[in-house]
Amino acid sequence: MQIRRVRWHIVVFLAPAVLVYTTVMIFPLFNTLRLALYSRIEQERVFVGLDNFRRLFLDPVWADQFWNALGNNFWFFLIHMVVQNPIGIALAALLSHPRLRFAALYRSAIFIPTILSFVIVGFAWKLILSPIWGIAPSMLDAVGLRALFAPWLGKEEYALTTLALISVWQFVGIPMMLIYAALLSIPEEILEAGEVDGITGLAAFWKIKLPLILPSIGIISILTFVGNFNAFDLIYAAQGALAGPDFSTDILGTFMYRTFFGFQLQLGDPHMGSAIAGAMFAIILVGVCFYLFGIQTRMRRYQL
Amino acid sequence: MSRARANPVNAAAMHGALILYTLIALFPVFVILINSFKTRRAIFREPLALPDADSFSLIGYQTVLKQGDFFLYFQNSMIVTVGSLGLILLFGAMAAFALSEYRFRGNMLMGLYLALGIMIPIRIGTVAILDMMVATGLVNTLWALILVYTAQGLPLAVFILSEFMRQVSDDLKNAARVDGLSEYTIFFRLVLPLVRPALATVAVFNMIPIWNDLWFPLILAPSEATKTLTLGSQVFIGQFVTDWNAVLSALSMAILPVLVLYVIFSRQLIRGLTSGAVK
Repeated sequence: MQIRRVRWHIVVFLAPAVLVYTTVMIFPLFNTLRLALYSRIEQERVFVGLDNFRRLFLDPVWADQFWNALGNNFWFFLIHMVVQNPIGIALAALLSHPRLRFAALYRSAIFIPTILSFVIVGFAWKLILSPIWGIAPSMLDAVGLRALFAPWLGKEEYALTTLALISVWQFVGIPMMLIYAALLSIPEEILEAGEVDGITGLAAFWKIKLPLILPSIGIISILTFVGNFNAFDLIYAAQGALAGPDFSTDILGTFMYRTFFGFQLQLGDPHMGSAIAGAMFAIILVGVCFYLFGIQTRMRRYQL
Repeated sequence: MSRARANPVNAAAMHGALILYTLIALFPVFVILINSFKTRRAIFREPLALPDADSFSLIGYQTVLKQGDFFLYFQNSMIVTVGSLGLILLFGAMAAFALSEYRFRGNMLMGLYLALGIMIPIRIGTVAILDMMVATGLVNTLWALILVYTAQGLPLAVFILSEFMRQVSDDLKNAARVDGLSEYTIFFRLVLPLVRPALATVAVFNMIPIWNDLWFPLILAPSEATKTLTLGSQVFIGQFVTDWNAVLSALSMAILPVLVLYVIFSRQLIRGLTSGAVK
């Protein structure tokens, strides 16, 4: 057998990226999953198998919080899907209109919230919605809807929805940009052919453009899913680690942070924290696989 | 479309909708900025009025500059962001070059392995990352953040850059090889300058999430000396909740650098987002 010369430059080119990626990302990921199988009993690390997961899903001490956070997380995601994506698509459809003036200006302005940090966004909205400052009530007053005002972030029944809508406000720029790009890549000829057949305006959007941008909508949905299921910052900035009022805005990210780091009198528990991370990993993996194998492969792709 | 062109009512409706949404998008930022320049009384009496000679005040900014070390936080954020971007671009481009240029056993597999991280958030591994940073003594250093953000940014960078590098003409590289240039020279002198637009796209994509991240600074580097601007303003605002002048000024100071970055790079960012780099 002939001995092949090792092409060292390939190794040199690959090594730094693979090294950093493996040690800082992949290894800790699996190590976290491994840590979830241990527990600390009287200062000793003991292997407990899947016991942490059993406690997380079934033991009332943990399970109530876990299912609450998971349910809230799904609600958070649902609001994004039904509010953020349609608004993003509508804005993109308007912006991609060929003879619209100032399109670049609108585009840049609408994207500004997306570049701000969660800390800014969380606090800014907290101040604006605050009954003490009174911007929101006095603006509602101006249009005669004063009666509708409530301290939305302070009420259990509204807080989570309000935060989800704030997050939608912040991130609507992303679906807008991606859909905008997809709409621009539709060739003129197809639209003109539709025009000849009498399909114009809204009908052209529903019958020609929307089917063509479905793959982009799929990508946006999975990005939203992954983003929402490891969200943390906005809730933490606006409501603190306790995700008040009374845990009504608790999602998996804040739950994991509290468990792992501890808060007030409860000590941090890295092993239960790892178990929550494991659950998050499983949820995200299921979502991504569902997208890759269930949706993406079945979606009809039109050759443009 | 021809109908829309002929119909001014339609155009007006479109502008109306877009202006309405633009106002919704900018209103909170505007309110924060104008009120940061007002006296406490004016903030509460007329929150929507612009500051005038009577209500103008810099008291909030004075408190912020006296109490919080915002210049240090800003410097930390700069070091972390620039450092991580540098490493993401260098390491990412090198790996992308290896994957797109050479045929070797395991090429496909290596590409898939590096692409895993595009969809799996690095936050899942936080518990073990903190353990590792504590064990190596990197906790509460900026290096911890730089390494984490580099690992986080690499998968997408490799993916985007190798797409672009496949388009660099083979003839050019082979001509250079005939001239006796080494593979390293070809990479640094020939290929890197040619994919500069792609490098800019990757940089802009990574810049904002790194600058704005709260999770890792909070967990890996919460010490006073290593606070980033995002964490610093979060802690500061938490301490001064009742001092509205200070809170509004701190928010404005946190908004400003990102806004400046955005004005400088918005064209690049929007071109990157719309060029289909993430498809």
